Amino acid sequence: MHPAFSVIFLTTLIGIGQGLFLALYTGQVYALANLIPVQESLGFYAIGSLIALVFLLLGLISSVFHLGRPERAWRAATMWRISWLSREVIVLPLFMFLVFLYGITHYFGWTQPLFMVADTLAVDLSLIIGLLASISAFALFICTAMIYASLKFLQEWHTPLTVLNYSLLGLASGFMFAAAFSAYASLDLVSLFGTWAVIFTVLGAISRGASLVRNRNLRDKYGLRTAIGVRHPTLKQLSQGFMGGAFNTKEFFHGRTPGALRLIKLFFLLAVFPVPIAVLATAYVMESSLLPIAAFAIQYLGLIAERWYFFAEAKHPQNVYYQSMA
Amino acid sequence: MTQLALVIDLNVCVGCHACVTSCKEWNSSGWAGPLPDERPYDADPSGVFFNRVQTFEVGCFPHTETVHFPKSCLHCEDPPCVPVCPTGASYKREDNGIVLVDYDKCIGCKYCSWACPYGAREIDAKNKVMKKCTLCIDRITDESLPESERKPACVLACPTSARIFGDIHDPESSASVAIREQGGYQLQPEWGTQPANHYLPRRRSQMQIHEDELIRADNPLRKEEVDMPIEQGDTLDDVAW
Repeated sequence: MHPAFSVIFLTTLIGIGQGLFLALYTGQVYALANLIPVQESLGFYAIGSLIALVFLLLGLISSVFHLGRPERAWRAATMWRISWLSREVIVLPLFMFLVFLYGITHYFGWTQPLFMVADTLAVDLSLIIGLLASISAFALFICTAMIYASLKFLQEWHTPLTVLNYSLLGLASGFMFAAAFSAYASLDLVSLFGTWAVIFTVLGAISRGASLVRNRNLRDKYGLRTAIGVRHPTLKQLSQGFMGGAFNTKEFFHGRTPGALRLIKLFFLLAVFPVPIAVLATAYVMESSLLPIAAFAIQYLGLIAERWYFFAEAKHPQNVYYQSMA
Repeated sequence: MTQLALVIDLNVCVGCHACVTSCKEWNSSGWAGPLPDERPYDADPSGVFFNRVQTFEVGCFPHTETVHFPKSCLHCEDPPCVPVCPTGASYKREDNGIVLVDYDKCIGCKYCSWACPYGAREIDAKNKVMKKCTLCIDRITDESLPESERKPACVLACPTSARIFGDIHDPESSASVAIREQGGYQLQPEWGTQPANHYLPRRRSQMQIHEDELIRADNPLRKEEVDMPIEQGDTLDDVAW
């Protein structure tokens, strides 16, 4: 497939937004359980929610560039019963709205307990909204990834690992940003978010590695023989029927050499997984407040390459019809 | 239910591209049009086509055969491109089974083209919507045309009649009979998309000519007592009087 940067930015940016929100909510739950000191609502949760919203909005804007007719995008919400893309189109704004509400609740300090559960757990408005937003964050991971995982012809994508990768890499980058944000704002949460970022990065490495191994061992289900229905061992295309370009020769071919692909794979395998962990560990040892930002930036660059590779790696069955120009 | 489709005889197709050009002509000016071209007279031209004729070589040189293979939307009975569409612009007509795109609803997200294993859909880069073969829906349903012309442009254009158009759910239609009696098959059946369009297989067609068939029994040379290349024997003319 030809990787489209609109979709690469959409999926990576909303991944950060989702992960960052989940990090904020994790912080609130930890504070509720008295594992960390209670954070000041305005500075931490409200600004954190705002930043998560900015990431989500940037992703949304980027997705618009993928559409030929963005003015009709509202129509994309209609087929939610059958289309994962339609479901994503609904869940993304819903999640953004809930994050907005969550930020507003904290901004105005509407955090007085509404009721108590078992005399110990004080439930306030932000906790309820946060729970709903967390559920929709995970729902969004599933919708986004299922857009790709549901296409059975693209065998590289048609696996539960796709959903796992999108979720874990989104969580890793979101928690990494939360760690960088806490370090920058000199909050006492760097080690909490940093630890979770490392855990998600390691889990992501295992799951992404598993999908790479799986895809390397894939054998094409299809071939030229069934594609044109001539059962002969020796078969080749002489002409695809035209010498100019066409949608079929552009949309489904990445046009890079195998060497370039290997290089990009190597880059993302380093930049997404070991390097940010090493930088974060160094930051922990040196108590640096800038290195976590570097760790996030490196991982995000790596994620762009990871998503690029995700698209480039998928071989579309239609390509067997477009092998020879003359 | 009716399922209109094409049955394409690979044994008859000569690869003249008449179906390609007639399709482009009809659909450029019809309901599904335009089919815009980008830089048609410059370097790197590009354009929308609903139908292409590809050429394949079967076997090892010098024992090769050339197979011309027309390729367009197969109007699958279980079309994978339809359920992925987020707007419902991509649909399969209930009354005749043709898979169409509603150009007023399409947002040009290209998702349906990813979901089609045959590469049958092309984005119209000018109008920013997805386009595909309509089986000339505007022509086959036009009752102002004489019955014989209510066929897709490619079918009418084919000089060798390699394309049969008909309802493959009607067992008596010429399309169904051709599929049934000449070994019609579907493309990439492994995906379970059940393409409605079928192809008739390439067959080895050669005439066996025996040497004596080259000699006319009533060859005048015979009367002139010229040596014949092989023994002629008596012919019917020799014994009947």
